[in-house]
Amino acid sequence: MNKFAKYHDLAVPAGLMSRRGFLIGAAGTGFTLAFAGAGLVLADPATAVAQHAFEPTIWYHIDQDGIVTVNIIRAEMGQHVGTALARIVADELEVKWESVRLDYVDTDPKWGLMVTGGSWSVWQSFPYLSQAGAAGRIALIEEGAKLLGVGKDACIARDGMITAGRKSISYGEIVRKGNLTRSYSADQLKAMPLKKPAERRLIGAPTKAIDIPGKTNGTARYGLDAEVAGMVYARPKLPPTRNGCTVSSIDDSAARDVKGYIKSVALDDPSGTVPGWVVVYADSFTAANHAADKVKVVWATGEAAKVSEQDILDHGAKLLDDPKGGSLVVADEGVEQAFAAAKTSLERSYTTSTVLHFQLEPVNALAFEKDGIWEIHTGNQWQSLILPTLAKALGVGEDKVVLRTYLLGGGFGRRLNGDYSVPAALASKAIGKPVKLVFTRPDDVRFDSPRSPSVQRLRMALGEGGKVLGMEHHATAGWPTQVMIPVFMPKGKNGEPYDPFSISGADHWYTVGAHRVRAVANDLANNTFRPGWLRSVGPGWTNWALESFMDEAAHTAGIDPVAFRLGLLDAQGKNAGTAPNATGGAARMAHVLKRAAEKAGWGGTLPKDTGIGVATTFGQERDMPTWCACVARVKVDRGTGVVKLEKLTLVIDAGTLVHPDGALAQTEGAALWGVSMALHEGTEFVNGQVKDSNLNTYTPLRMRDVPELDIEFVPSTEVPVGLGEPGTTVVGPAIGNAIFAAVGARLRHIPIRPADVLQALKEASAKSA
Amino acid sequence: MTTFQLNGSPITIDAAEDTPLLWVIRDLAGMKGTKFGCGIGMCGACTVHLNGRAVRSCITPLAAVADASITTIEGLDPQGQHPLQKAWIETQTPQCGYCQSGQIMQAATLIKDYPNPTDADIDAVMNGNLCRCMAYVRIRKAIKLAAAEMRGSAAHE
Repeated sequence: MNKFAKYHDLAVPAGLMSRRGFLIGAAGTGFTLAFAGAGLVLADPATAVAQHAFEPTIWYHIDQDGIVTVNIIRAEMGQHVGTALARIVADELEVKWESVRLDYVDTDPKWGLMVTGGSWSVWQSFPYLSQAGAAGRIALIEEGAKLLGVGKDACIARDGMITAGRKSISYGEIVRKGNLTRSYSADQLKAMPLKKPAERRLIGAPTKAIDIPGKTNGTARYGLDAEVAGMVYARPKLPPTRNGCTVSSIDDSAARDVKGYIKSVALDDPSGTVPGWVVVYADSFTAANHAADKVKVVWATGEAAKVSEQDILDHGAKLLDDPKGGSLVVADEGVEQAFAAAKTSLERSYTTSTVLHFQLEPVNALAFEKDGIWEIHTGNQWQSLILPTLAKALGVGEDKVVLRTYLLGGGFGRRLNGDYSVPAALASKAIGKPVKLVFTRPDDVRFDSPRSPSVQRLRMALGEGGKVLGMEHHATAGWPTQVMIPVFMPKGKNGEPYDPFSISGADHWYTVGAHRVRAVANDLANNTFRPGWLRSVGPGWTNWALESFMDEAAHTAGIDPVAFRLGLLDAQGKNAGTAPNATGGAARMAHVLKRAAEKAGWGGTLPKDTGIGVATTFGQERDMPTWCACVARVKVDRGTGVVKLEKLTLVIDAGTLVHPDGALAQTEGAALWGVSMALHEGTEFVNGQVKDSNLNTYTPLRMRDVPELDIEFVPSTEVPVGLGEPGTTVVGPAIGNAIFAAVGARLRHIPIRPADVLQALKEASAKSA
Repeated sequence: MTTFQLNGSPITIDAAEDTPLLWVIRDLAGMKGTKFGCGIGMCGACTVHLNGRAVRSCITPLAAVADASITTIEGLDPQGQHPLQKAWIETQTPQCGYCQSGQIMQAATLIKDYPNPTDADIDAVMNGNLCRCMAYVRIRKAIKLAAAEMRGSAAHE
């Protein structure tokens, strides 16, 4: 059973899962091309389109000049997703790229689930955008042939023209003179002749992203830039902890001297998103900011105010001690027998710290009511998740709330959780005016839904010659999906629900005999803060443990770490892979691993205290594997414990690359996120709040510490899979393993701090003494 | 009342003297290209030029710019065709783009001071500008590309 199936079904736009057809009909001065319900496909499509009588998912529109406008339902947050998606349509449609425009749409139920995350956008969209493009091309050929007075088989579509011998007609002219009105049933759509990979002209070809020029001259518009006439500003006063606080008293006497200060109000939130919040209003952000500093609020706090990072980790370890807890995600027979028969067994624990999103644009939202509709102007990754919450908070129907779309000053998963729009809406409702709610950086950090700290325990049963007989992987962390959308949790083999995003990665492609994977929710984490999805989510920590452990296992077995892994990547049984998404299975993982090792000079000699380490992952999900391998080269200073990351070599097989330079940019950023979380950034909870709230103490990777990057993609025409996160998952363990190779110090916690390296060096020398 | 030059035109602002220049530029002058990131001068998203030098506008009070000349991303080049802006597009540097106004303004003073910047120069000057998308490899490449273009055009003058 595909554990993500439910999620993906919902994520596919309205119309595709329930056997919808496709309509082309005149609209305005052009033709609209849309998916629509089966009944309407049988009806007169011209009327259906003209009267908006269908529930359409309008994918694109061609006007009388042949300009093609593609609607984009995904958030633009640095991945240039609009460019990639539009090129899928344009390639099949055979239109010049210069004739393509993008329209980033606002929320509307007709789009189905609006979410941008999971590295899913291109993978999910590719099949239906291809079909939509092909349907348009076929219709243009038929109609062009008619207008040219030739048979359609004599016609070729290319660059926005239909050509037959020396005769030709442009798409614009066909729109002006012809009648493109068509309808296709679901079966006809499915049978639509798609171009062969060799015939593609845009997919896989170099291009420049459409969203980039505006980001170099100050014209790009982000949520923070949104304004409306008559708005006032507000800054929140955040309670000491995310959950469980109530306002006891507000004293704004000192704030009344601030010019422009309006008032302070405790928010009444029926949705429970912002318990204990006070907003401070003023006529400018500066005044709201000053006034908020002067307003004194007394809160009654709950249990969360007593919880610190070590409590969460200790609680996690205790949860793992109970073998009955949690959900069994992989539950092969014979695990106990494998360990009983083992010649050697290995058990190790790995932990990770709390990590902040720290997207550079602090969260913010402009909210107001206009003509009975609540408009929320903000950048957001998962509009469909927050709309019901907004409706509940405001006490209106979901049809009375619309999210307007802006560029995101960084997503990384922070803006999957649109909670920041709720206090803006409530603040507007409370004062009866448009309100622009701006968070300072510390406000943003304190309201973050950070990556939960995690605890993991791995065991391996080894037989003769280092043969792997069985393996267990137990992992616990705060579960974002449980806290924010529990309906998306599938059930494990023992019937217990689990957060798939918090365990993915542990269900790996190695053949290890009897395999058991258990996911346990850390309820103390869930109750203390709101855990969030952060770039790569679970695979960011499961692979830290798994790939560090594989290295330790290889050394225990006395086998080279690359050879050890290759021996387990036999692509047999469940690891053989299935078409179309995982064609080739573990064989493709073995290929990237071999290639990365070869490129990085695996097995060569290195200077003193310098080492290379390897790791391999499948990105985000077994059902959408992005095959990754990484070799890291580090130099360790034994005196200070400082790790200098010199080079990363990554080889990735992501199937077809729709926008190759965008794929490379995403992988560069993802890999460096992996570096940052392994060596540079991490925080901890102290009394229910994160210790670090700004860049004076929180230290993400900067220019000076960027290693040399060598990134290679495997040429492929397989299904295009995700690239926003996978690079993140493979880097940390490669670094940890490189440190071991360099100086024999084994690190089992990220971020790796110099003091940890010194301690591990001490342990290593004590062991060898 | 404080008067200064903003992108070559005089502007008079009626706001408290301790108002950060960032919010004057964004909310009173209405130029949104300069961004708010950390508020303590440590991310560089708010970088503008004060009399030709890069400063963090989020910690620069309005009083400090009286009679001074301020340049923002909107005023770096009238057509948005500064060699750095062209190089940023050529190398496809921006991802989310939020930090890039600040990166470009910081880089503009870098290549003025170091027409042929080494990697060490770039590390030293650009380390204060955080890019959370981690587009650092391309920022470095774009700076070198723009510097080369500016040296080339200077050689022809």
